[in-house]
Amino acid sequence: MPNNTVVIKDGKITDNLWKIVNEDHSDLTQDNIILPYCLWLANQDELSQRVSEGKIGLLLEGDHNLQEQNEGIADFELIAINFPGFMDGRGFSVARLLRERYGFTGELRASGGVIRDQLCYLQRCGFSSFDLDADINIEAAVESLNDFSEGYQISVDLPTPLFRRRA
Amino acid sequence: MYQYDPYDHQIITQRIAQFRGQTERYLSGELKAEEFLPLRLQNGLYVQRLAPMLRINVPYGMINSTQLRRLARITRDYDKGYAHITTRQNIQLNWPDLADVPDILAELAEVEMHATQSSGNCIRNTTSDQLAGVAVEEEIDPRPYCEIIRQWSTLHPEFAFLPRKFKIAVTGSNSDRAAINVHDIGLRVIKNEQGEIGFRVIVGGGLGRTPVIGSLVREFLPEKDLLTYLDAILRVYNLLGRRDNKYKARIKILVKALGVEKFAELVEAEWAHLANGEATLTQAEIDRCKNFFTEPAYATIDDKAAQAEVDAIAADNIAFEKWLSRNLCGHKIPGYAAVVLALKPTGVAPGDVTDRQLDIIADLADKYSFGEARTTHDQNIVLAEVKKSELLPLWQEAKAAGFATPNIGTLTDVICCPGGDFCSLANAKSIPIAEAIQRRFDDMDYVYDLGDIDLNISGCMNACGHHHVGHIGILGVDKKGKEFYQIQLGGDSSENTALGKVLGPAFGETEIPDIIAGILNVFVENRHDGEQFVETYNRIGLAPYKERAYAK
Repeated sequence: MPNNTVVIKDGKITDNLWKIVNEDHSDLTQDNIILPYCLWLANQDELSQRVSEGKIGLLLEGDHNLQEQNEGIADFELIAINFPGFMDGRGFSVARLLRERYGFTGELRASGGVIRDQLCYLQRCGFSSFDLDADINIEAAVESLNDFSEGYQISVDLPTPLFRRRA
Repeated sequence: MYQYDPYDHQIITQRIAQFRGQTERYLSGELKAEEFLPLRLQNGLYVQRLAPMLRINVPYGMINSTQLRRLARITRDYDKGYAHITTRQNIQLNWPDLADVPDILAELAEVEMHATQSSGNCIRNTTSDQLAGVAVEEEIDPRPYCEIIRQWSTLHPEFAFLPRKFKIAVTGSNSDRAAINVHDIGLRVIKNEQGEIGFRVIVGGGLGRTPVIGSLVREFLPEKDLLTYLDAILRVYNLLGRRDNKYKARIKILVKALGVEKFAELVEAEWAHLANGEATLTQAEIDRCKNFFTEPAYATIDDKAAQAEVDAIAADNIAFEKWLSRNLCGHKIPGYAAVVLALKPTGVAPGDVTDRQLDIIADLADKYSFGEARTTHDQNIVLAEVKKSELLPLWQEAKAAGFATPNIGTLTDVICCPGGDFCSLANAKSIPIAEAIQRRFDDMDYVYDLGDIDLNISGCMNACGHHHVGHIGILGVDKKGKEFYQIQLGGDSSENTALGKVLGPAFGETEIPDIIAGILNVFVENRHDGEQFVETYNRIGLAPYKERAYAK
């Protein structure tokens, strides 16, 4: 998990206020922690108040079954999706489902093994922030968000397909 | 043919700028080789045994004379003066310089061509019937739908990092020249009883190391639902397809593992959310795309008179007659024919074409076929709109240029991958095998007598030469560092799709022509009147061929 000091958020480089914790993390009283789904599930009752206050984030994996596990998911301030490697494209679909089907409007963060060259696609799938691997030059990477100004398909950031917009 | 508008140009221009930046970052050491790899693949660039290889998309096989001339120029300026037609209707350059590729892509973009997603774990170039729009028995022209799919698949933000590559083929005809049963998705454009247009949807076919015939997932999908349904299939695959083993990552494995009923249920459940959404096709968009594929300005011709004239010339010209009998296809318009330019004379790697020939094809297309040509999955070129009255001069010019070999659909019209001479994946060479067979069977009368035979050669189990669906399939294998060749019989890529059966243990390279001769003899000895090779095989089975091939 990167947990860098800076992230790209809404197109800008900004301080990272959040921290992903792992499954055996015990101190759940901290604010701005991103919990793996199972950790949140096990402590749901105790955490629900702070979730609604926007103090708790959720970490999902690419194999997360949203159809069966989506209750309360729209209430989080932040959801991070973990990319185990940049070739693993499941997170692109998970992101769209969160945005387009499960009503998530908070910060959607791509975390881990994505590379600069994917930022534009990730943004189109609904990601609003990026915690990239530490060796990536984040100042240069942020420019890739603008690699494309037009796309054929519907996407989270442009919900009308080109064929309905063509003059 | 489709013509780009400013949006299409902008998207492709930005793609090239992106790839130029990626190439520069790679060459400067900033971008790691393993990260550059999928990025260059998604722009068509492989690094092969001897040099990089650039695969350029020919969307559903349609190419015009301006594009052909540009390709000719590119092969001269950036390569060694020739190109290769692939088994998925694309065009490959074998020797470009990696640093030149962004410039090549920019030259292609000027003539509305690109290499986006011609490789990589993404949605590849959509292929179709080389006789689309002209075939006599065709119900509906598939090309407008192919273009709709091309645009939908190009830079699709959700499906650029799939578990594995993804290939879609579309046909509008019962005679399947697009092999829709052996694609990740095969679409047959159909009309239902109410006369509405839609698609029969087949999923999970494919060749490669686990050949599978696709399964019917939906009998009739209304045309407006095409893209939402494709999104649903791709999303199910993207989320559930295996990523732990690249040999089990294609959608065919997922369909098999779930069972087609369960798979279809998941797709329908996903589609229930997407159907009737914004991505639903509008009639205006369908009509817009159809408007690019309207009929050219055909002349009104008396077919009988035109045919009689051709027959009269052919009666006195046996070479012309032979060419007509093999290299011509019927046409829905009276007085017209579709002509196949053969790219497989003996001694030339199947599908290879020189810069000069590309220019000549462009000239012939301008002169005889409304400026358009098509690439075929069996690695030839089609001029689809030729007046019968112009067949003789076309034949004469094609002959002078070296692509009037009258062997289309015969034993020597071999489908062949680049193989070990070029490809870094190959276990064995394939081009020399094709040549050895062409040399052995150089008696055209014998070849004609054998009739229709698809002979397909792949240099490895990735099956780019489609050996599983050749009537005779040859697969190069590696045994302890030596090249051997396994033979399969009975494959069929048509609407009667079948996968070939392995004859037995593999043979050495030099044995192959004799073994093929033996197989052909079994056919000739056993065939009934008018029976084609694959029909005889289907009737008598593998045993007699096997007996002959392994007789001591």
